Amino acid sequence: MALSVDSALYRWQRLGAKSPSQTPSESTPLLFSVRDKPKLNLNKWRIIFPDNRTQWKDWKKTSTIYSGNRIQTTKYTWFTFLPQNLFEQFHRLGNLYFFFLVVLNWFPQVEVFHREITMLPLIVVLLASMIKDAVEDYRKYQFDKTINSSKTTVYDKEERAYVEKCWKDVRVGDFVQLQCNETIPADILLLYSSDQNGICHLETANLDGETNLKQRQVVMGFSSQNTLFEPEFFQNTIICETPNNDLNKFKGYMEQPNHERIGFNIESLLLRGCTIRNTEVAIGIVIYAGHETKAMLNNNGPRYKRSKIERRMNMDIFLCVGLLFVMCLVGAIGHGIWTGNFSEHPPYDVPDENGNFLSPALAGFYMFLTMIILLQVLIPISLYVSIELVKLGQVFLIHNDIDLYDEEADLPIQCRALNITEDLGQIQYIFSDKTGTLTENKMVFRRCTVDGIEFSHQENAKRLETHKELDLDDEDFAKLQHFSLPPMNIERPATFKRTMRPLRRCQSARAHFQGHARNRSVGRRDSNQSQVAFSSTIEKDVTPDSRLLRRVREAALQTENLSPFIHMRTSLTDFFLALAICNTVLVSTATEPRQRVTVPPPIKPSGITLEKIHQIFQRLKLASLSQSFSSSQSSSDLGASFSAKNTEEHLAALDCCDNDDCCASGRRDELHGKGSTDIGSTSLDEVFKSVTNSSLPTDFCYEAESPDEAALVYAAQAYSFTLVSRTPEQVTVRLPQGTLLTFDILYTLGFDSVRKRMSVVVRHPLTKEIVVYTKGADSVIMDLLEDSAKADISVQKKIKRIKEKTQKHLDYYAREGLRTLCIAKKVLNEDDFQKWANFRREAEAAIDNRDELLMETAQHLETKLTLLGATGIEDRLQDGVPDTIAALREAGIQIWVLTGDKQETAVNIAYSCKLLKQRDTVFTINTENKETCESLLNLTLEEVRKNYEVEKPQRRFFGIIPTSFSASEAPSPEFGLVIDGRTLNVIFQGGLEEKFLALTKYCRSVLCCRATPLQKSMVVKLVRRQLKVMTLSIGDGANDVSMIQAADVGIGISGQEGMQAVMASDFAISRFKHLKKLLLVHGHWCYVRLAKMVIYFFYKNVSYVNLLFWYQFFCGFSGSTMIDYWQMIFFNLFFTSMPPLLFGVLDRDVSAETLLGLPELYKNGQNSEIYKLSTFIITMLDAFYQSLICFFVPYLTYEDSDIDVFSFGNPINTISLLTILLHQALEMKTWTLFHLVTMIGSVVFYLTFSLIYNAACVVCNPPMNPYWIMEKQLSDPTFYLLCLITPVIALLPRFFIFALRGTFGASLILKAQQLDKLPRGQQDLEIQKLRSRKQTASGVPASMDDLDQNISQLCASPFLHLAAAAVSHGDTESQGFSASEVKPLRKQIPEEGCYFFNRWAEEESSAAGACSGHHPLVPSRVRTPGEDSDKLTKDNGHSFNHGSHRRSVSAVTL
Amino acid sequence: MKNKASSPPQGGEARPSRCPDNSAFKQQKLPAWKPQLTIATVLSSFFLTGMFCLLVGVCLILSANSVREIQIDYSDRCSDCSKLRENSSNWNKECHCSVDFTLKEDILGDVFMYYGLQNFFQNHRRYVISRSDAQLLGRNVNIQKSYCAPFTTYRNGTPMAPCGAIANSMFNDTIDLFYNLNSSVIQVPLLKTGNSWWTDKNVKFRNPKSYNLSSAFAGTARPPYWQKPAYLLDEEDERNTGYVNDDFIIWMRVSAFATFRNLYRRVSRIRQFADGLPAGNYTFHISYNFPVSKFKGRKHVILSTVVWSGGSNPFLGIAYLVCGTAATLTGFVITAIHLKLRKKKTYFQK
Repeated sequence: MALSVDSALYRWQRLGAKSPSQTPSESTPLLFSVRDKPKLNLNKWRIIFPDNRTQWKDWKKTSTIYSGNRIQTTKYTWFTFLPQNLFEQFHRLGNLYFFFLVVLNWFPQVEVFHREITMLPLIVVLLASMIKDAVEDYRKYQFDKTINSSKTTVYDKEERAYVEKCWKDVRVGDFVQLQCNETIPADILLLYSSDQNGICHLETANLDGETNLKQRQVVMGFSSQNTLFEPEFFQNTIICETPNNDLNKFKGYMEQPNHERIGFNIESLLLRGCTIRNTEVAIGIVIYAGHETKAMLNNNGPRYKRSKIERRMNMDIFLCVGLLFVMCLVGAIGHGIWTGNFSEHPPYDVPDENGNFLSPALAGFYMFLTMIILLQVLIPISLYVSIELVKLGQVFLIHNDIDLYDEEADLPIQCRALNITEDLGQIQYIFSDKTGTLTENKMVFRRCTVDGIEFSHQENAKRLETHKELDLDDEDFAKLQHFSLPPMNIERPATFKRTMRPLRRCQSARAHFQGHARNRSVGRRDSNQSQVAFSSTIEKDVTPDSRLLRRVREAALQTENLSPFIHMRTSLTDFFLALAICNTVLVSTATEPRQRVTVPPPIKPSGITLEKIHQIFQRLKLASLSQSFSSSQSSSDLGASFSAKNTEEHLAALDCCDNDDCCASGRRDELHGKGSTDIGSTSLDEVFKSVTNSSLPTDFCYEAESPDEAALVYAAQAYSFTLVSRTPEQVTVRLPQGTLLTFDILYTLGFDSVRKRMSVVVRHPLTKEIVVYTKGADSVIMDLLEDSAKADISVQKKIKRIKEKTQKHLDYYAREGLRTLCIAKKVLNEDDFQKWANFRREAEAAIDNRDELLMETAQHLETKLTLLGATGIEDRLQDGVPDTIAALREAGIQIWVLTGDKQETAVNIAYSCKLLKQRDTVFTINTENKETCESLLNLTLEEVRKNYEVEKPQRRFFGIIPTSFSASEAPSPEFGLVIDGRTLNVIFQGGLEEKFLALTKYCRSVLCCRATPLQKSMVVKLVRRQLKVMTLSIGDGANDVSMIQAADVGIGISGQEGMQAVMASDFAISRFKHLKKLLLVHGHWCYVRLAKMVIYFFYKNVSYVNLLFWYQFFCGFSGSTMIDYWQMIFFNLFFTSMPPLLFGVLDRDVSAETLLGLPELYKNGQNSEIYKLSTFIITMLDAFYQSLICFFVPYLTYEDSDIDVFSFGNPINTISLLTILLHQALEMKTWTLFHLVTMIGSVVFYLTFSLIYNAACVVCNPPMNPYWIMEKQLSDPTFYLLCLITPVIALLPRFFIFALRGTFGASLILKAQQLDKLPRGQQDLEIQKLRSRKQTASGVPASMDDLDQNISQLCASPFLHLAAAAVSHGDTESQGFSASEVKPLRKQIPEEGCYFFNRWAEEESSAAGACSGHHPLVPSRVRTPGEDSDKLTKDNGHSFNHGSHRRSVSAVTL
Repeated sequence: MKNKASSPPQGGEARPSRCPDNSAFKQQKLPAWKPQLTIATVLSSFFLTGMFCLLVGVCLILSANSVREIQIDYSDRCSDCSKLRENSSNWNKECHCSVDFTLKEDILGDVFMYYGLQNFFQNHRRYVISRSDAQLLGRNVNIQKSYCAPFTTYRNGTPMAPCGAIANSMFNDTIDLFYNLNSSVIQVPLLKTGNSWWTDKNVKFRNPKSYNLSSAFAGTARPPYWQKPAYLLDEEDERNTGYVNDDFIIWMRVSAFATFRNLYRRVSRIRQFADGLPAGNYTFHISYNFPVSKFKGRKHVILSTVVWSGGSNPFLGIAYLVCGTAATLTGFVITAIHLKLRKKKTYFQK
C-alpha cells in the first residue's frame, strides 16, 4: 500500500508539473504550513478540520470561514421589505412610466386629471405586486424555517456523544450521524456505514427525481473497520475542492497524521437533500454546509422568458412612444402658436393664481407635459396586465386538454412557464432527443448472436407484437403467457410467477376514469405509483429463443456429464454469465422491493457434503480450463463448433437434452413437494435443483442505472442464468443447473461515455481464474479484440469468421434500429492482474488527474478481448411518432435530432420515424480535422446548392409566400445531414458555424449523433442566435437539460429518466405525440389569439386616445378633454376590456380537427403573419382613420350648435365604444354564448354606468360635471342617428377588405374556416383534397416505402471517397493505400463534383467486417478500410471512440 | 373581470385522477356560431346597409331643409360700441345699437333666438375647469380650494360670487327684437326662462338659502367683469335671478367649440306671433356690453326653428347619403368581381 501511494505521489508531481499554478497548494504539507501558519490557501482548496477534541482549535479557525448550514432563500426581511420591494418594482419600465406621470400631474401647470386619479393605477399595480412578492417571500421564509429547524444528530465534543441539533447549527467539520430514511442536512463525507461493506444507499429523488438508489462508499481505509466509528480518533485533515455546483464531480484527499493521503471522490459524498436508504447508520463529516452545498448551488431560480410576440410588442411600444412624442410635440407647438396669436389676453385665457400669463414658449413646454398625461393611454400599460390574464386562461385550457393527458401516467400536460404559450405557435426548429423522447426508453431484449450464430428470438418478437393487446386484458395476458411458454421450460413456475406479480400491481394500480372512454394500458409507469424504479412487464419477460435455450441446456447437461469436449458450449455459458454479471444491477426480492439481496443465501448442504461439491467444481474447472475459458487458441474453436456441418450432431444432442429435461422437471416438481429431502439421487442436476428450490426465492427485482442493463439481466434470467445477489465484493448467479456460483468481484470499471464500455473483473469460483467481462459499444469492442496473429491459421480464420458474422449481425441489428452491445471476455493470469491492480490502486488514490489515470488503467485492462457475442436491444418507438413528425414537418418545422446515441441507431430511428425518407440523400460528415471538415462542408454545400438551383429555382421565391400551396415541399431530392459530436466540435472550434448552418438550411433534417449535453445546447444556441429562429427542444433526460434551457421553448417528457428534464422545461408532456396537438392546435390558437389581441389593444388605445388628440385642434391645444375622465378610465378598464380578454382565451379561428388535418396552417404563426410590423402599421392607420371618423362625424354634426363640451364628448365616447366593440366582433371567428354575453354586456354596462353616474353625481367630481348628459342625449334622436352611422363609416373599409379576402382570397386559413362549416365526412374529404392538391403541386410522391436494403445514402466523407476508389479498383482491402495516393484522389473529387452512393448490401458489409477485422487494434477511428490510410485523421486520431459506420463500406460513383 | 377563464366550476381537483374534465368548455368545444364572410352575407350586408343609409339620409336632408334660420353678425354693425368696449376702463358706460333685418317669409313654429360667438374658446382647459359647482349649488364653500383661481377673491378677501373665469366672462349683451309692422314697432314677446335644461335649473344650480337673495349674497362680491351682482341678474323674476338665472346657467354650460351659439330667448307664441315670426322688417335692439374685438371674435344673433333631427345642419343627412352610396357601390363592385371570378378554377367560393 505504501508503495502505491508513493508512486501515486510521484504521479501527481509529474502531472502537477504541467500546471505550475497548482503546485504550491498541492505540495503544501498541511501539517507544517497550516498548523504553524493559520493562513490557508482557500482559493483553490477547502481544508476541513474535524470538530473533535484533538483538533478543535484548528476547527475553530476554519469553521468561521465557511458558511454555516442555515439557509435563507428569502429576498427581504421585515424592515427592508418596503424599500427594497419598491426599488425592485421601479426597475420595471411600466411602473417608472406611471410614476413619471404621477409626478408630472403634481405640477399644477400641467395637471390634467386629479392628482389622486393618476396615482390610482400605479398604486394598484404596486400593491398587487407587493402583496404577491410578500406572500411568496413569506412562504419561502416558512419553508426555510422548517428546514433550518429540522433535527439531526451531531457529535458533540464536550459530551463525547451524538446530540440532536438543528440543521442550521451544523457546521463544517461536524460529525453527523444519519439514520435510515433521514434526509441529509449538508454535504457529508461518508466515514462510516453500518453496512458491513461500507456502503450507504442514497435516494436522490429530491435532487434529480431519479428514484433508483445510488450507492455511496465509505472513504477507503475506513470501510474495513468493524467497530463503530469514533470521532475522537479521527485525526485526519480533509482537503477538497472549493464548493461548486457539479453534482457528479468531487475530489479531495485526507491527510493522516503520518502524512499519508487517502483520496476520495463523489462516491463518498452524501449530498444534501438526499435520503439515506437501506442503511441503518451512517456517519460522516460535513464538508459543505448551507448555501455552499451542491444541492443549493444547483438551485437556480426559474428563468424568465419573454415570448417572441412580447419582444415584437415591446418594439411596437417604442413606436407608440415615438407617436406619443410626436403628438405631444404637435400639441406643444400648436399651443405655443395659438397663445402667441393674441395681442391681448382674451377672457378665456385664464391666468394662473397670481394673475400672470405664461410666455408662449413656456406654455408650449407645459403643454407638452400636459399632453403626455392626457395621451398616456397611448402606451398600453393595460396590455401587460391583459396579456398576463389571457395567458393564464390559455394555460388553463392547455392544461385541461384531455388529448394531452396521459392515462397511463395519470399526468396531464404541465405548463411550467406561464408566459410563453404563444411561442408554441411560432416554432421553426425542433431539437429532439432520441432516447425516451422519440422512443419509449423501454429496453427490450430482442436478439443476440453468440459465436457468430444469430438467435432471432422469434417468439420474443411475437410476444412484443402482441404485448399491447395483452396489456389491455390482464386475464388474457396471463393465459397467453402461459401458452406461449415453451413446453419444456424448467423455469416455468418462476416465469409464471413473474408474470403474475406485475399483474397484481397493475390491477391495484390506479383508479378508474370517468368521462373519457379510452382503454389504458397497464404496465407503463406503474413504478410511479410504487415509487420504485423497476422495469415494466414488457421489459422483464423475455421469451427465450427455443433454439438457444436448447443449446444452453445442452451445454449445462454436458457440463454435468463432464464430457471432455464441452468447449464449444462454454462460450454460451460465458455469454450469459457476462450478461448476468457485467453490470451494476442491484437485486431485491419481489416481496421487499427496497431491501437489497446482498448476501447470497447460504447453500444448505442438504445431504451433499462440501467435498462433493468441491469435487464437482474441480471437474468443472478442469473441463473449462482445458478449453475455452482461458486462451485465444481455444476460443478459436468456438466458431468451428457452430459451423453448419455440425448441425446434425447438435440436433441429436438437443433431442437427448429435451428428454432429459422433461424427466428432470418432472422429478423436480416431486422434489419441490417433498421439501427437498430426497438425497439419495446421485444426479448432480437433481442435487443442485434441490438446493436451489429449497433455499432461494424465485423472483427477483433488478434495479439498474440504465434500462439496457436490466434488459440484459432479464434476458440472462430467461435462459436461467439468474442474478441472485450482488454486493460490491461478490456476485452470485444461479446457473441453469441450479448451481449457485459466487464470483468475487475484484474490480468494477464503470461505464463512461468516453470508453463506451464497462468491465467487471471477477475471480471465477471454480476455476479461480481471473476473468474480465466487458460489454460495450460494438465499435469499441471490435477494436479491442485480441490480435490473432500468434494463433495458427485455422484458428485465426475461425476467429475472423466469427467476427465477420458478428459484425454482420450487428449491422443488421443496427439497421433494425436495435441498440447493439458486444460482450467480450478476457482471462488474466495472476501476475498480470497483480501488476494491473497496483496500477489501479495508485490511480484510485490519486487526486489530480485521477480521472485520466483511472481511464488509463481501464483502457489498459480492456484489451485483447475475446468476443463472446453481441446483443440487440430494442428501444421501441413511441406511439404516433412518425405521424407526429410528418405532421410537424408538413407544418414547416425543421426537426433535428440531437442524441448521444451512435450514428447507426440514430439514423435507423430517423428512418423509422419518417424523419428521413428512403429517397432522401443523406450526407454524413464525420471528421476530426478542421480542414477536412471545411472542405467537406464546402463540397456538400456546393452540391446541394447546385441541386436546388437546377431543380427548383423557385423555391426560395416561394419561401416568401409560404401560404401558397405550391410552396410547400420540395420535389426530389431532399437532403439529410448526419453529423457526429466530434465534427460538431470541429465546427464550433474552427469557426465553421456559418457554413454548417448554410448547409443545414437546405437539409430536410439534421441528425447529430454522439453529442454531449453541452454540444446539444451549443447547437440549439447556434441555430437560435445565428438564424434568428424560434426553437423548441424536447427531451426527457438529465442530458437534455441544457438543451431544453437553451431553446426558446423547452419541453420535457416526463418519462423514465427522472424529473430533471421536466424541472428545466417550460412544458412537460408525457408522450412525444402530444407535441402535435400542443404545437399545431394550441400553439396556433395561442399565437393567433394573442397576436390578434395585442394588435387589437394597440388599435383600441390609439383609436381612443386620438379622439382626445383631434379635439386639441379645436380647443387651442389646451389639453381639454370632452370626455369625463372617469368614463375615460372605465372605458379601458371595464367597457372594452372583457371582449378582447375573452377573445384571447377562447377564440378559435379554425377547429382543432382541421388544424390537425392541415398542419400547413401552422405556417401562419411561424411566419408571424398576424403580428408583424406591416400589420401593426396597417392597424395603426386604421385606428387613425377610425378615430378621425369617430371624432369628425359628431363634430360636423354638432358644428355651430349649442352643444356643450360633455354633450359633445358623450356621443363620441359611445360611438367609439361601439366601433371598438364592433371591430372586435369583426375579428372574432367564434361566437359562443360567452362572447355574445360579454359583447352585449359591455354595451349595457357602459350605458347603465353612464346613466347612473350622470344622474347620481352633481358635484362629486369637480370641476368637471357631466350631470345628466347621458339622459339628455338618450332623448335626442341625433344621438341615435350618430351612433348608427359613425361605426358603419368607421368600419366600412375594414369590412370591405375582410369581405374581399373572405370571398376572393385564397388564404389557407380562410379555406380551413370554410371547411369547418362542412359536415364531418365532407370535411375529411376536402382536407384530403387540399393535401393532395398540395402534394401534386410540389411533385413529391407520398410513398412511404419500407426500409429496404437499397437505401441509397450519399456520403460526403473522405473515407467513403476512398472507399469508392477502393471499389473502383476492385480491391476491398484498401489499407494499402498510401497517403500520397489518397490526396490527389480527394482533390479530384470536388472538381468532378460527384457523389458516392453506398449501398447497404449485406455481402459488401461482410467484406467490410473482414477488412476492419484485420486491424482490430488500430487506435484511431476505423470507419472504413480506407480511413486507415488517411493521414490527416491518423495524426489526430487519438480518441477511443469513433462514430463508425461500419456498414457504409462500398461506394458507387454516381 | 378576472374570472373570465375559470367561470365554470373546476371539478377536476376533487377527483383522484388528474384527468381533465371532458367538458365542452375545457376542451374548447363550446357550441359556437362561426360567422363566415360568404358572398351572400357580404352582398346582402352591403346592399342592406346602403339602402338603409340612403333612406335615412334622404329623410334627414328633407327635415334639415325645413329648418328656417336667420343669422345676423352684429359685431361690425355696432362698431362704435365695439370700439368703446375695447378699452376696459369704459366697462360701466352703456352702449346701444340696433340692427335691422327683413324676413322674406314667415318662420313658422317655435322660433328660438340664439346669440352666437365666434373664436371664443370656451373649451380651453383652464377655462373649463375654472368654476365651482358647489358654490353654484348654493353651498357655502371655501372657493379658495376650488379651481376658480385666480377669480376667487378680491385682494381684500371678499369672495366672488359666482367665482371662476367662466362666470366672470359671462355674455352680458341684452338683445331685444322688434317687429316693424306698418311703421308701428311691436316688441316681439320673448321668453327668458325655460331655455336651460330642467335639471340644471332645478338640481344643479341653487341659490344660497336665506330670507332674501341679497342677504344670501351678502359678504360676496360680483365678479370683476360683471356690472351688477348675481342676485340682480333678473330683477323682474325672483326665480330667475342669482345662480338660477337661465342666461347664467346656459353660459355656464361651456361650449364644445370656439364657434358656438347659446339659446338666448324663445319667441312667445302669442298674438300675431302665435304661428311664429311673420315675414316683415325686424330690428334688434342690442345693449352692447360683451367685448369680442380684442380676441378677434364675432357676435351673432340667430333666429331659428328646430326639427326632430336638430338644427339646420345638413351634415348628418349628407353623411348618411354618402355612406349609403358608398356601401351600395361597394356591393356592386363585389358583385362584379364575383361574377368575373366565378368561372375561374382557383375560386374557392361555394
